[in-house]
Amino acid sequence: MSFCTKEGNGKDRIMFLTKDDLSSPSTIRHKEDEAFDPWEPHGLILPNGSINWDCPCLGGMASGPCGLVFRRAYTCFHNSSSQMKGSECMSDFDALTKCFAKYPKLYGSKDKSNSPTDATTSALADGINTPK
Amino acid sequence: MQTSHLTRLASIQHFNLIKRSLTRPTGPVLRKLIASDASPTTNYVRTTCEFRFASTTTSSSNDGQNSHDEEQKKKNITNLMYLAGAVTGLGAIYTIFQNRKSSKEKQDAVSAYDTKQLKSQHADDKLDASKKTLVEKVGDLQDRKLLAEEEQPVELSKTDLTPVIPSFAQYLIIGGGTAALSAFKSIRAHDATAKVLVISSEKYYPYMRPPLSKDVWYTDDDNLLNQYMFKQWNGQEKSLFVFDNEFYADVKTLNDEENGGVGVVLGRKVVNLDLKTSVAKLDNGWEISFEKCLIATGGQPKSLKVFQTASNRLKSKLTLYRGIDDFFALKKVVDSGADVTIIGGGFLGSELACSLAHRATENGKRGNPNGKITQLMPEAGNISKVLPEYLSKWATERVRDEGADVLTNVELVGASVVQDGKVSLSYIDPQNPKKTSYITSDHVVVAVGIEPNTDLAKSAGLEVDPDQGGFLVNAELQARHNVWVAGDAASFYDINLGRRRVEHYDHAIVSGKLAGENMTGAHKPYWHQSTFWSDLGPKVGFEAIGLTDSQLQTVAVYAKGKPTDEEQKRDSEGNREQQDVAPEATANDLKHKLPESKGNLDKDDYSKGVVFYLKENKVVGIVLWNVFNRIAIARKIIKDQQEITNFQELAKLFNIHQD
Repeated sequence: MSFCTKEGNGKDRIMFLTKDDLSSPSTIRHKEDEAFDPWEPHGLILPNGSINWDCPCLGGMASGPCGLVFRRAYTCFHNSSSQMKGSECMSDFDALTKCFAKYPKLYGSKDKSNSPTDATTSALADGINTPK
Repeated sequence: MQTSHLTRLASIQHFNLIKRSLTRPTGPVLRKLIASDASPTTNYVRTTCEFRFASTTTSSSNDGQNSHDEEQKKKNITNLMYLAGAVTGLGAIYTIFQNRKSSKEKQDAVSAYDTKQLKSQHADDKLDASKKTLVEKVGDLQDRKLLAEEEQPVELSKTDLTPVIPSFAQYLIIGGGTAALSAFKSIRAHDATAKVLVISSEKYYPYMRPPLSKDVWYTDDDNLLNQYMFKQWNGQEKSLFVFDNEFYADVKTLNDEENGGVGVVLGRKVVNLDLKTSVAKLDNGWEISFEKCLIATGGQPKSLKVFQTASNRLKSKLTLYRGIDDFFALKKVVDSGADVTIIGGGFLGSELACSLAHRATENGKRGNPNGKITQLMPEAGNISKVLPEYLSKWATERVRDEGADVLTNVELVGASVVQDGKVSLSYIDPQNPKKTSYITSDHVVVAVGIEPNTDLAKSAGLEVDPDQGGFLVNAELQARHNVWVAGDAASFYDINLGRRRVEHYDHAIVSGKLAGENMTGAHKPYWHQSTFWSDLGPKVGFEAIGLTDSQLQTVAVYAKGKPTDEEQKRDSEGNREQQDVAPEATANDLKHKLPESKGNLDKDDYSKGVVFYLKENKVVGIVLWNVFNRIAIARKIIKDQQEITNFQELAKLFNIHQD
C-alpha cells in the first residue's frame, strides 16, 4: 500500500511506494539518442575507429611524460591485425617499458594506487599475451 | 690620409680642438701604452709615429717654393703633426677603453708575476734581469700572457642565462586546482606535444579537495596522512595528489622540451591580464606572453561580518577551511581535545560536522583527548539550499546521530575571546531576536561558501556575472578568442538548463576537460551534465545531477517496506570519474550502511529514494538519496527534458528497492 503527502505548503510532494508499486516496467519512453553525438563523451575507441586519447579510462597516460611513446605503442597494437594482436609492436612496447622505468613513481607498480597505468597496462599486457 | 683633407679639417677651425686635445696627457698615455703588452696599440702607435716623421721629412725637402708657400707648408706640417697626434691620442684612448676590462686582470696577473719574480730573486739561481738572454725574455712574456689569460671571467652557460619562469607560454593556465588539472590533462591528450604552463598560488601540486572534508578524517593512520595519503572506505590507500610530481616537466626548460609537457609554478599569482598584448603579469613582476589562456582561479572562502573586526587572538582560533594546510591545522586542534564550532550548514559545514564528530568520538574511544563538535546555521536544516525542507531536517537528525550538536535557525551576532582563552559566540534566533544565547568553544571553523576569484576581470576587461558571480563565458566556456574559464569561477551557458555557475568537483572536471579540448581547436559546448555528491557520515549519502534548487517544486519517491540492507559507500571521487568503465566492475564501488533502527515501516522514513526537481513540469534536477549507480538514468531524463505527469512511472526507472 502506497501513499502520498504534501509538505512545505504543497510545494514538495512525497510518495512512499512499495516494491510492488514499482515492479512493473515503466511506461516512460526515453528519446532516441543520436547514433553519434559529437558533443557526448566517448569511450576509448571513437565510432570512426580512431583512439580517444582523452578517455578517462586511460587515466592520463596519453597526457603524461610518456604520452607520445604510449600512443605509438597503443596505436600499433590497435591497428595490429595479426593473430597474436600486437606481436609486431614489441619494439614500441619495449620503448614504452623503458619510458615507464624513467618515471617509477608515476608509472610504478600496483602498490601505488595513484598510478594511471594499472588498468591500462594490465589491459595492454593481457592484449599482447593472450593469443586471439 | 690626404694632406688636403687634413688641411681642410684644420681650416674648419678644428685647430683649437686639436690644440685642446694635445694639452691632454696624450704623451704620458702613449708612453704607458708602449710599456704595456697592448701589442696591437703599440703597433698602431709605431706606424703613426713613423708616418709623422716620414711626412715631416718629405715635406721639408721642397726647395722651389717661395717663402710664403714654405711658411704655409710649415704651417700645414705643424697642423698635420698636431692632427696626427690628436688622432693617435683619440685612438689610444679608444683602445684603452677597449682593453679596460682585461687590463685589471692583466695588472693582477702582472703583479702576481712580479711578486713571483721578487720571490725568485731570493732564490739561489737568481739571474740578473739585464743578463737574461732573449729566449728567456720571450719566455717571461709568454708566462705573463698565460697568467693574464687564466684570469678570464667565468663563461655563462645557457642554463644560467635561462630564466626560472619562461617568458612565453603556448598554453597558460591560471590556477592549479581541479579544473586546471582536468584542462591540462585534456590539452595534452588532444595536442600531443603541447607545452602547458600552470601558475598556481598553492604551495602544493594539484590535489583533490573532496577528501579533505571526508576521507582524511576517517583515516586513522597519522603516518599515512603525513605523506598526503588517505584511506578510502574500501581500505585502499590513495594520494591527495592526482599525479605524482614526476608527471610535471621542469618549468625552466619547458619550452625546450621536444615532446612538451606540463610545468607548474607554485606560490605565484597572476595579478594582471592584458588581452590587448596577451600578456599575464605575476605578483613578482614577471611577465608571460601567451597564445591561449585558461582562467581556473576557483574561489576564496567567505568570512562573516562578525569576524571581520576580529582581533589577532580571535583570528588564531579561526579557520576558513579550504586546503591541505587547513586540514593539518584543524586536525591538530581536534586531536588536542578542543571544542570546535562549525559555522555554516552547507555541504562543507555538514560534512565537516560529521567527520569531526567521528574523529572526536574515535579519539575518545582510544582514551585520547576529545572535544565537543557543534554546528550552527541560520537555516532550518542541513544542506537546505538543495534538499527540500523535510529532507533537510531529516538530514540534520542524521548529523546529530554522528555525534555533532546541530543548532538550526540561529544567526551569529558576535564573537570574542574571553579570559580563559576560549571563544564566546553569541547568537540569536531571528524569530526571537531579543534573546541572545551564548556558546563557548575553543576553535571556530567558518564554512559559509566561497567567493569566485574574479580579480583579473578588471585588467583583462572581462565581464562578470552580476547575479551568480564568476567570469561570464559562452556555452563553449570561452570569454575571448583565446581566453577560456572553467571550474568554480565560470558562469557559463548550459544549453539545457540555462546560465549557471557550479561549485562542485565533478563540474570542475567536466568543464576543465571541455575548456582544454576547446583550447586545442574543438568547438564543443557544455553538454554532458556534471554530478555532485555528499556523504553525511558513513550512513547517509546522495548523488545529484542538474538544477537541484530546493526552491523549485519537488516530487520525491521513497522506498516503503524493508529495503535490502547492504553496505553502501563511495570512493573519494564520488565514483563518477570512471564514466566509461562499467560501474559494477570497480573495487571502489562501496556502499552505505542504512540505518536499521530507524523504523523502516515508519511514515517519516526517508532512508532511500529519488527526488525530482521540476520547472514547468519538466525534470531539471534529480537527487538520488542513498540510491547509487543510477546517475546515468538520471542524466538521460534531464537530457530528454520531457514533460512528466506520472512520477510513479518515472521512479520505476530507478529500481530504488534494489541495490
